[in-house]
Amino acid sequence: MHRILFYAMACALSAHAAAQDSLEGRAPASAASAFNPDISLILQGRYVDQKDIEERHITGFVGGDHEHGGGRGFSLDHSELVFSGNIDPYFRGYATLALADEEVEVEEAWFQTLGLGRGFGIKGGRFLSGVGYINEQHPHVWDFADQNLMYRALFGEHLLQDGVQVRWLAPTETFLEFGVEAARGQFFPGSEAGGDRNGAGTWAAFAKVGGDIGSSHSWRAGINHLSARPREREGHFEDVNGIEALTGFSGDSKAWIADFVWKWAPEGNPAQRNFKLQAEYFQREEEGELFCEDNTADGGACAGLADAYGSKQSGWYAQGVFQFMPRWRAGYRYDRLDSGTASFGAIPIAHEDYEPYRHSVMLDYAPSEFSRFRLQLARDRSMRSVTDNQVTLQYVHSLGAHGAHRF
Amino acid sequence: MRALFCVLLGAAAVPAWAALNVFACTPEWGALAKELGGDKVTVYIATTALQDPHRIEARPSLIARARNADLMVCTGAELEVGWAPLVQRQSGNPRIQAGRPGYFEAAAVVPLLDKPARLDRSMGDVHPAGNPHVHLDPRNVAKIAAALGERMSALDAAEAQGYRARTTAFLQRWQDATRRWETQAAPLKGMPVVAYHRNLSYLFHWLDMRETAALEPKPGLPPGTAHLAELLQQLRREPAKAVVRAAYNEPRAAEWLAERAGVPSVMLPYTVGGTDRAKDLFGLYEDTIARLLQVAK
Repeated sequence: MHRILFYAMACALSAHAAAQDSLEGRAPASAASAFNPDISLILQGRYVDQKDIEERHITGFVGGDHEHGGGRGFSLDHSELVFSGNIDPYFRGYATLALADEEVEVEEAWFQTLGLGRGFGIKGGRFLSGVGYINEQHPHVWDFADQNLMYRALFGEHLLQDGVQVRWLAPTETFLEFGVEAARGQFFPGSEAGGDRNGAGTWAAFAKVGGDIGSSHSWRAGINHLSARPREREGHFEDVNGIEALTGFSGDSKAWIADFVWKWAPEGNPAQRNFKLQAEYFQREEEGELFCEDNTADGGACAGLADAYGSKQSGWYAQGVFQFMPRWRAGYRYDRLDSGTASFGAIPIAHEDYEPYRHSVMLDYAPSEFSRFRLQLARDRSMRSVTDNQVTLQYVHSLGAHGAHRF
Repeated sequence: MRALFCVLLGAAAVPAWAALNVFACTPEWGALAKELGGDKVTVYIATTALQDPHRIEARPSLIARARNADLMVCTGAELEVGWAPLVQRQSGNPRIQAGRPGYFEAAAVVPLLDKPARLDRSMGDVHPAGNPHVHLDPRNVAKIAAALGERMSALDAAEAQGYRARTTAFLQRWQDATRRWETQAAPLKGMPVVAYHRNLSYLFHWLDMRETAALEPKPGLPPGTAHLAELLQQLRREPAKAVVRAAYNEPRAAEWLAERAGVPSVMLPYTVGGTDRAKDLFGLYEDTIARLLQVAK
């Protein structure tokens, strides 16, 4: 894996050097011709009505939850500032800063190559991983007010990579793209300590294929693999005495993801009506050692023991969104996970066998391309024996540069 | 090992060099590239006349086709801002990046109308550089053809003479046709019309027609009932000859207004492929003028 990445980069860079000699041509007519980067500001906020639950989690899953904004009531959900522009003729830069009280979070900050040629593109820095379909989408382009359960179980919200990505697009009429990523791997399913190493804490690889059927249908499908090597990854369980136990996992976490999206618009003109169907499936296997911190003082059963741990879990979601007239869209999403199997060895924790699920429906209204209001109703059974009926009202507005959105 | 790997990758990536590979963002530039390139070019047209050029997505098929293009011909002036930059970046093709000779913007070589005095999104989805729908003024098409022919000659030097000859021949035919159309369209002079979007402005400007109102309250916003009622009042005060829309514009609002105001509703092809007669650029203009003349009487 290391070697292939190295060769791909070496070829691409020598092609890059050749491309540098032939740079010329006139500047395009554009309002962004000033040297400032394009800037856009995303304003996103919500009102949520849901049960008051102290520690939200998904039963049977160890989460890496990374939820923005507050829980109930009004909150500034996810406002962000986006900068992008060409660095020089060879590179483009991009950064997204998520703004919250007393903190600025670097969501993404990367450069990408523009001139490698032969279908190659390299991205470096912190970026949203190319695995799956929804992973590369920012919250303001989601079709629902929150992330699906599958991605919450897999990554917390989405997978950010601090590292390098190489993509290669095949010279075929059918869209066929391959990518590999090597990254630090400090985010779930990796861990801070797992990222602190020479080499990479996370490897990812993906292949995507896509095309059109007539002028009204287009689709894309992908298969993705993610391999992380967490060390001392923190987790919260309830032990056999019903007392909270803090655990640390060190080992391998491997996930397969399949993704599919299909879009329809009459004659390919989405202005009046259009439909989008997307579905993704994952399977994850973890194997390694679990350490359980001593909680006997609280009446717990963990005595600071470590033993072999293994789990195999899966899940999927499917959603459809229909624009039935200009400005108005309605959608339905179904999430389902399977906590699968997990063995804790001698550690006094019992696996919770549960299949979390959720139904969500949404209706949104977009006065223009730059503003949107959304109402979402959800029946959330992601926690065993809790039925949480949630109502979310949300706004998503974008100011400034007119960004292009991915398919 | 490394050399072998590079050769393998390279072999997989070599496109067919038989002809200049043109990726046209819209049908009019695809048609123009065919006129100027003849059998020396293969042209892929990314969109159809029935698609709103503002609302195209960077579909996987477009990225795959851009991968092997030698020349990408777009309108520019931010008409394709929602998808073309993504297609360019994801194509892994340095030849068609902005600023390279393999990226041609038609709007860059003609003067633009409707340049906004004030840039503010409260004005709707305005294009800062001006109105990008430049292809419905034949004088613009002539300028763009000359520049595009030159660009094709520069990119494919071996066939440069062929491109120049075809461009000269096209410009001659185009000039003759333009004169003919101007004579035919004389009755349209001063004719007041209501349009759907400001996508026909160059046509009206060329033929000296008067665009008295637009169905869209602001560029890019769908016509609402309040605005339509207002338009109806306006039409009763100062009647227009027709309500005009492009083939890709939704017909209901235009037809509702036309019926209430007692004027005809006219659908224009807008670009090549918009109607059966608009098979090429000449057919596009012929059909457009014929359809307008029908309601001018």
